[in-house]
Amino acid sequence: MVFRRCGISSIFRSGSLKARFVILLVLAIALVVLDLKWAKMNQTRAYLSLAITPLQWLVDTPAQVADELSDVLITRTQLIEENRQLRQEALLLKRKVLQVSALTAENVRLRELLNGSQRLANDVALTELIGINPDPFQHQVVLNKGSEDEVYVGQAVLDAGGIMGQIIELSHYTSRAMLITDSRHAIPVEVNRNGFRSIALGNGSVDELELGHVPDTADIREGDLLVSSGLGGRFPRGYPVARITSVQRDPGQTFATVKAKPTARLNKSRHILLVDLSGQQPESLLPEDVVSDEAGTDAAQPES
Amino acid sequence: MSQNEPGGGAIIFGTFLLGLMLSQVPLPTSVEWLRPEWVVIILIYWVMALPERVGLGSAVLLGLALDIIKGIPLGLNVIALLVVAYLTLMLHRRLRMFPLWQQAFVVMILVGINQLLFNWFHGLIGTRSDSLIFLLPALVSAILWPWMFVILRGLRRTFRVS
Repeated sequence: MVFRRCGISSIFRSGSLKARFVILLVLAIALVVLDLKWAKMNQTRAYLSLAITPLQWLVDTPAQVADELSDVLITRTQLIEENRQLRQEALLLKRKVLQVSALTAENVRLRELLNGSQRLANDVALTELIGINPDPFQHQVVLNKGSEDEVYVGQAVLDAGGIMGQIIELSHYTSRAMLITDSRHAIPVEVNRNGFRSIALGNGSVDELELGHVPDTADIREGDLLVSSGLGGRFPRGYPVARITSVQRDPGQTFATVKAKPTARLNKSRHILLVDLSGQQPESLLPEDVVSDEAGTDAAQPES
Repeated sequence: MSQNEPGGGAIIFGTFLLGLMLSQVPLPTSVEWLRPEWVVIILIYWVMALPERVGLGSAVLLGLALDIIKGIPLGLNVIALLVVAYLTLMLHRRLRMFPLWQQAFVVMILVGINQLLFNWFHGLIGTRSDSLIFLLPALVSAILWPWMFVILRGLRRTFRVS
């Protein structure tokens, strides 16, 4: 419709230009309304994103190449040093895992004694960040896995430090995640020390979260670790989210002003984990006897 | 886009593609607000230079691409770019006569209009700036304009895009 007009002689142009402008403007406004009101537009978006995907890969290429280069251009001594460090780290982590499996077993036994429900382990998929939303108002990143890799909307996104955000939009080979600091995001959390529950709200600045509606008398201090509470069923339970940086109690105000700093490296991480909550399995770190034991007692819990 | 005109469409398309890429290159948070509106200034140039080839249609396509890149409701950038393209179409004869610095001033206003509309749309989805910092890209784009103009004009002349 638009391009056919190219041939029209220039006498007509200024007259028809206004009409074209108005028609296109109305169409654009209709498109906005359609996108906001009609859920099926997500499909259209996904296909349009697919068209943009090569562009995103292209933009990401320099970073990829730099990564590759720094892998290639490394001296032998550096490699040996890195290797040694990684070995040490692996040893330390292994020791921790040994302890963890014993503790999980103990935890499961205690939970059985209390008739509590089991803790669940989550499937995790590795992914990589390929783009960042250029719009400074929005804290969003683009990941290199999409609906073809069975990513789903609402999936939790983590890095090595803690929870980063959640998937909000899917295309075929990419997906878009909203970070916890986006001003439209909120995540249910609890204070690790005493289980005090709250909701951490993003406020649009890149390294700050606010806790909403915290009573003046709540037991919450600077330095407390906030972990995800798993309420709402969207985020897995027990992953670190943020650390409290300041608590201001003003007797004149109904609520305390509590600020926290995310533990995940929101604007630095490149390697990212996607946690799959859909196919939850009971905790699998247990020694065999506990697992088999648990399977037996699961059906007839009151007896045990 | 052109049945009756000589080639060069690839050049126009290429510059727009480059603009789209530049507008999504990650920047550190501290200079995020200094990112010029690449797509808008490239669009202004082509509309000014070749109003019979690049106009409202290109604005619609670029707007859709920007909407996808920025992850906002489809059509918001389309509206903003349509307004900019329309104003440029109205002004293109005068713009061509202006010296570079005066062009840069008009570009600042045009990009500013784009930013204003965009900030207003952001108000609709709940993330609006509470200062005038969102107008900073207009200034940066204006400062960049003379260079962009010379580069794009060079491209246009070298490859005889008309």
